[in-house]
Amino acid sequence: MRKSLFITAVLAALIQTNSCKQNDSKIAEGQTDTEKIATDGSSETQKLVAPPNVPNPIGDRAARKVIVKLETIEKTGELADGTQYHFWTFNGTVPGSFIRARVGDDIELHLKNNENNTFPHNIDLHAVNGPGGGAEATFVAPGTEKVFNFKALNPGLYVYHCATAPVGMHIANGMYGLILIEPEGGLPKVDREYYIMQGDFYTKGKFGDKGLQEFDMDKAIAEHPEYVVFNGNTGALLGDGELQAKVGETVRFFVGNGGPNLTSSFHVIGEIFDKVYIEGGSKINDNVQTTVIPPGGASIVEFKATVPGEYVIVDHAIFRAFNKGALGKLKVTGPENPAVYKKN
Amino acid sequence: MRSVFVMCFIIVISLVSCSGNRDLPGHQKKTDHQLTSISSTKKMVKIEAGSYEAFIGKDSGRVVKVESFYMDEAPVTNGEYLQFLKKNPQWTRSKVLKLYADSTYLKYWKNDYEIPPHISPEAPVTNISWYAAEAYAKSVGKRLPTIDEWEYAALADRVSKNASRNPAFTGFILKSYQKTDKNKQLIKQSQPNYYGLYDMYGMVWEWTYDFNSVMMSGESRKDKTTNESLFCAGAAVTSSDLRNYAAFVRYALRGSLKADYCLNNLGFRCAKNTEN
Repeated sequence: MRKSLFITAVLAALIQTNSCKQNDSKIAEGQTDTEKIATDGSSETQKLVAPPNVPNPIGDRAARKVIVKLETIEKTGELADGTQYHFWTFNGTVPGSFIRARVGDDIELHLKNNENNTFPHNIDLHAVNGPGGGAEATFVAPGTEKVFNFKALNPGLYVYHCATAPVGMHIANGMYGLILIEPEGGLPKVDREYYIMQGDFYTKGKFGDKGLQEFDMDKAIAEHPEYVVFNGNTGALLGDGELQAKVGETVRFFVGNGGPNLTSSFHVIGEIFDKVYIEGGSKINDNVQTTVIPPGGASIVEFKATVPGEYVIVDHAIFRAFNKGALGKLKVTGPENPAVYKKN
Repeated sequence: MRSVFVMCFIIVISLVSCSGNRDLPGHQKKTDHQLTSISSTKKMVKIEAGSYEAFIGKDSGRVVKVESFYMDEAPVTNGEYLQFLKKNPQWTRSKVLKLYADSTYLKYWKNDYEIPPHISPEAPVTNISWYAAEAYAKSVGKRLPTIDEWEYAALADRVSKNASRNPAFTGFILKSYQKTDKNKQLIKQSQPNYYGLYDMYGMVWEWTYDFNSVMMSGESRKDKTTNESLFCAGAAVTSSDLRNYAAFVRYALRGSLKADYCLNNLGFRCAKNTEN
């Protein structure tokens, strides 16, 4: 009697502990101690591309050493039609190039400060576990270069930005980008991937004033931007910059918000996000119309293009879209789909 | 025999113990670098003693006292530096010790004695290290200003000694930092400040004697050499005036330097004590 009681108790305890295991993350199933992930000995130098494009998916490759080379470049560029601004950039673009790796990768990050720059810079990657996110190790005067290494311990989509004092000014001038750490096995495959990053800009002149505009500290502190744009320019995702997709394709947007101040209410007019990786992390929400992306945060949204036409990408704090430039477009081409959408 | 040894020993000891300390400006003795003195006719202006609120650090807000001193009215120019090189060839690009200047020393000069093409001898000299600036200063009987002295003199706008609370002045400074090709302009083309100093803004960054003191002054609460106050959250905590972004920029630049660095837009000007 006692023996069988004992065995029952043990079995019950075992069943209990097993059933109580939380498995709330579809991505992080079987998450091992990621510090222990060993790289396979190979190394690659990441081939960086300009936004809105991203490097190829990592697929199911093993963890390896990834060398990433970034250069800070201060340059004058177009903020809007006829309006110029002194941007401070990573690799010459706002946002900076999209970095792509997988959990367990050993990333060797080179940060060079162009010799013609005026200001010192550094980088803080939110994917780093370590002081300053790399900021202390990468503080570079113009004309110098520093290197540091970090292991990607957490999968997710992370912001990186300059963290040199005065930090608000460095970020406001465009020094931000995204780094994706894919989980083991990689993200599920989709047909199209694009990279969008929202930012607010503070100019002395008003929205639409032509010519070279200066940064306005007071407006930045008061959090009253003149421009709210995707990818550093009111026209970045319009005209020739329009994103493309075909009917039937699955589309994934890696969306970041460099801020410095404003939170984005990200929405694609005429589309619903089938999947949203909440806050760029591992939890997935389904069937979302508008998702919140805080400054210094990111999100991955996915949908299937079902009906041809032009889809407007906005920050749904709507005056920003129509009066400050937070507007882009996705063009879907292909056969009509009257079962889903039909106008008479 | 033994007494000879003892005598030699005492002589050697006394020689060694008399090697100077170069720690404080005004107390410097000749270095072992065999500098040849040159004369300089560069005008200096007198900055009267005063005090101001320290900008950065754990004790930011503390009052800094500055003694009277003289300061060059404008940065040292290419022409002036060339005069120095002619008398001190050990500081030319081909001869300079690697310890005292990195590979970008006088990078754009055509050769040892020719300033960069398309740049005026009246433009500020750049791509010189702290060691080189120090050597120049000594050769003309001067020294580099301290951070406290430089910042004090830089508080002045055209009409007042201390314009740091004037937002228009901060705006003017930030705007001047955005200019490009700063090292190509001639000195003394814009208006001088209250003291008669030219080009404190809108020209080159300037070496100071103790440029790295902000990073290593023991303000850090941890046992590290880098001062986290200059990064992200720390900066907001210790500045005595959060809106003084212009000063933030200068301190950040100083913190990023090492003494052998030679930057495209980093030059210097000299200072001198009032008592000779």
